Amino acid sequence: MIRAIILAAGLAFLSQPAFAATQAEAEAALAAAQAAESEAIAAKAAWTSTETALSNARKAFAAAKWDEAKAAADEATAQAKLSVEQSNEQKTVWRNAVIR
Amino acid sequence: MVPRNLKSAFYLVGEARPGSAAAPGRAWRHWCSRSAIALNLVCTLLLVSAAAKAADKSEPETDRKAFQAFFFAKFPHVAKDDFGNGPYAVNEAMRKQWKEIMEFPPYEIALDEGHAEWEKPFANGKHYADCFDNKGEGVRQTYPRFVAETGQVETLEGAINRCRVENGEKPLDPMTGTMASLTAAMAESSRGKPFAITIPDDPRALAAYERGKEFFYSRKGQLGVSCASCHMSPAGERMRGDILAPALGILAAMPIYRSDWGSMGTSIRRISTCSSQTRALPLKADDEDYRNLEYFLSYMSNGIPIVGPGTRP
Repeated sequence: MIRAIILAAGLAFLSQPAFAATQAEAEAALAAAQAAESEAIAAKAAWTSTETALSNARKAFAAAKWDEAKAAADEATAQAKLSVEQSNEQKTVWRNAVIR
Repeated sequence: MVPRNLKSAFYLVGEARPGSAAAPGRAWRHWCSRSAIALNLVCTLLLVSAAAKAADKSEPETDRKAFQAFFFAKFPHVAKDDFGNGPYAVNEAMRKQWKEIMEFPPYEIALDEGHAEWEKPFANGKHYADCFDNKGEGVRQTYPRFVAETGQVETLEGAINRCRVENGEKPLDPMTGTMASLTAAMAESSRGKPFAITIPDDPRALAAYERGKEFFYSRKGQLGVSCASCHMSPAGERMRGDILAPALGILAAMPIYRSDWGSMGTSIRRISTCSSQTRALPLKADDEDYRNLEYFLSYMSNGIPIVGPGTRP
């Protein structure tokens, strides 16, 4: 019986996320995502998919789902950075596509 | 040319020191030889760089000829004057459907509204006609225009809104509604007139053209596609249920009644929709980038007749 209780407790412990995000972490991730997206918008390089991820992060944060909020915010940050990178890269490579 | 110049420079340098103690020396000749090589390299690099810059600089008329030749070669059976009809010019099945649609053109209501609005005086008694060359009759093919006073490109929608504001009226939504109706009426009066976009002798106008060209060929959005990715080589091909329109003459049918919208829309509405389709966040309707894009695209279509208002799936 004791073994079963220990086993159940162990399983319950293992089923928890290894690194559950805290509210502060989610908040920081959301702030970073918003800053990255602002930069992308200023560069006229933003993607609609980044906006979707950011919106999902805000909703999850409002619902106190810190893990979800952090994951979505991290995704938004990554996409915003990629969009700026794309824009910078295209400043020179677009010439390769010109019909001559 | 470069070696000759360098050669003379080398000898001049060499001969400037004949009386010096080092002149006949081996070290001096060695130094001169190394200097000449270095100078040669620098000059070659400068020339290569200048040539590269010259190749990058836009020559709009050269661009237009190459652009149009590309489509004439790609669609040898499509008449030049037909390119403004977009997918209906390059796909026989769609053309048949279009002919049936055109028995009762879906833009007729907007056209009537546009004519009525055009005739309606502003509160100050003036009319739209007072703001345009030739009272606005048959001028659509000359838009967008570069305006020297602002140093920027002005679209037809921009000119209509400027006219309204200058006469004490509120600007209209440049994408749809009354604006689309007004531009429909103006386009109708230009039907058959070929695009005649000018780039004045002003470096700002050429810069605007160049930025429009850059926008057209730059990959954007999460899907990483440019306007050219869909409307150059793949033109006439299917993208899911749609036939991709050739970029040549793509604005000649504007404004359009688009079945997908269920309403009329201006060029900017279409371009904005394209942005969304690439998953790029659309810019503001009157953003300079969109105006420059229109400028470039319209210039590329010089010689293609206006067929607007039009209809699209």
